[in-house]
Amino acid sequence: MISATDLRLTFGQGTPLENPALQGMSLTVNQGEFVTVIGSNGAGKSTFLNALAGEVIVDSGTIIVDNVNVTRLPTHRRAKRVARVFQDPLAGTCEGLSIEENLSLAIKRGQRRGLGSAVKKQYMEQFRDSLSSLNLGLENRLGDKMGLLSGGQRQAVSLLMASLTPSSILLLDEHTAALDPKTATFVLELTTKIIEEQKLTTLMVTHSMKQALEVGSRTVMLHQGQVVFDIHGKDREGLEVKDLLELFEQQRGLSVDDDSLLLG
Amino acid sequence: MLSEIAFYGAIETGLIYGLVAFGIFLSFRVLNFPDLTVDGSFPLGAAVAAVLIMEGWDPWIATGCAVLAGMAAGAVTAILNVKLNILNLLASILTMTALYSVNLRIMGRPNIALLGEETVLTPWYSLDLAYHQVPVLLFIIVIFVSLILLWRFMKSETGLAMRATGANPRMARAQGIATGAMIILGVAISNGLVGLAGALFAQSQGAADVTMGVGVIVIGLASLIGGEAVVTPATVLRALIGCVVGAIIYRLAIGFALNADILGLKAQDLNLITAVLVTLAIVLPGVRNTVTHKLTRKKA
Repeated sequence: MISATDLRLTFGQGTPLENPALQGMSLTVNQGEFVTVIGSNGAGKSTFLNALAGEVIVDSGTIIVDNVNVTRLPTHRRAKRVARVFQDPLAGTCEGLSIEENLSLAIKRGQRRGLGSAVKKQYMEQFRDSLSSLNLGLENRLGDKMGLLSGGQRQAVSLLMASLTPSSILLLDEHTAALDPKTATFVLELTTKIIEEQKLTTLMVTHSMKQALEVGSRTVMLHQGQVVFDIHGKDREGLEVKDLLELFEQQRGLSVDDDSLLLG
Repeated sequence: MLSEIAFYGAIETGLIYGLVAFGIFLSFRVLNFPDLTVDGSFPLGAAVAAVLIMEGWDPWIATGCAVLAGMAAGAVTAILNVKLNILNLLASILTMTALYSVNLRIMGRPNIALLGEETVLTPWYSLDLAYHQVPVLLFIIVIFVSLILLWRFMKSETGLAMRATGANPRMARAQGIATGAMIILGVAISNGLVGLAGALFAQSQGAADVTMGVGVIVIGLASLIGGEAVVTPATVLRALIGCVVGAIIYRLAIGFALNADILGLKAQDLNLITAVLVTLAIVLPGVRNTVTHKLTRKKA
């Protein structure tokens, strides 16, 4: 479970480029919940995920993951609890390393790394099993360099790497945005399958309101570094994109001028 | 042509620069950390080994201390970068500059002659080998052991974490790798290898000199890039072998160039030739691509 309370963060404080990214953001996500996060550009979606992951440290507020206060911990010390898939398909894996080396890195996420051989025979069966579930034929290409794979394949492997070891929360940062529509659908289906199978507590940022309503059990909208609405259960059933927009206008008395939200 | 002695001499120095190339491979290629500390850590290794040998220490222990000194120098550079956020290149220049004074302090004078002192090579001269073959034999053993150790390390969990740190730091952090610690460890090991090279160089040449580090970085880069051209670095093992091959080829090429009277080159031209060679090695693949590109475009 995640409990973020009154997170505040301003980039470039005291400069002409001062940018308040988080302005009192609070959100509690229960164990096993799959939350989709939407919001226009600059609403603080990515900053919020970065704050949860440890890539940025908030100015104030607290972040608690599974009863551990991680607010001040750097990324690598949260990695045991936090798994992550990036928007850029190239960011989640190392192209110069082989598929098995990438998976071997991920299987030790958050654990001590020693001087023993990194790629161990005993991992191979698990690697082949999970790769074959992707139906991409990658289980026979364990020794291939990651750079030989397409963006979609790499994103699928990133997802696999994030779920290879148990973690408290999974953070997905628009992880289908850089893929072509067909591959995006494939990766999204894979995502929901893995989340359901492993009952992962998930936060998925997306640019598409349609996607935000299709998957998950709860949808949160951010605006100007705060949560503007939070719908789940019965309220969320049968909701469509235009309902979301109406809801947003009601809440804020604003109209949405970001086309990408409507078109996505 | 090279005389037999000059040939063995080139191999001997080539093997030593193979160790430098290992170090530079680790910093430039594995960690993506352009580290110029080596110009200071090479004479540092030489100075530490020479002073301790003059004090009557066992030459192998003196050489071990040179490795540790090199590692400390590398760690300083990496800490300046990781903890104090100084640009990596600048951090290494700062350490390199500081090391010039440190090396003078360690030696107490600009150079120390080791002629007649007991060095790591001394016991090997009792073997039934020509005088100029002895260092080659010993250095082959040293470089072979270093290569195996480094290769195994790169394949270990920590080594893989280090490679990920250089290739994709954001991903490495997300996988729980303390990237800062990896950079410090990697740059330290890199300069430890260079310190070892400096210590062996001083013992085989019979002297340590405070200026002997000038241009070491460029020679190491020449070896690294040359090796990559000859042995495609598809795997870590091939990359490491390439370092040694490149260093030996480089020394042989220099040997030939300096011996060919037609060219009229002298020993003092060494660094100029090296710089030109490295520039060509970096620029030529790009030129080749543009030419190929233009030719193929014309066809189409």
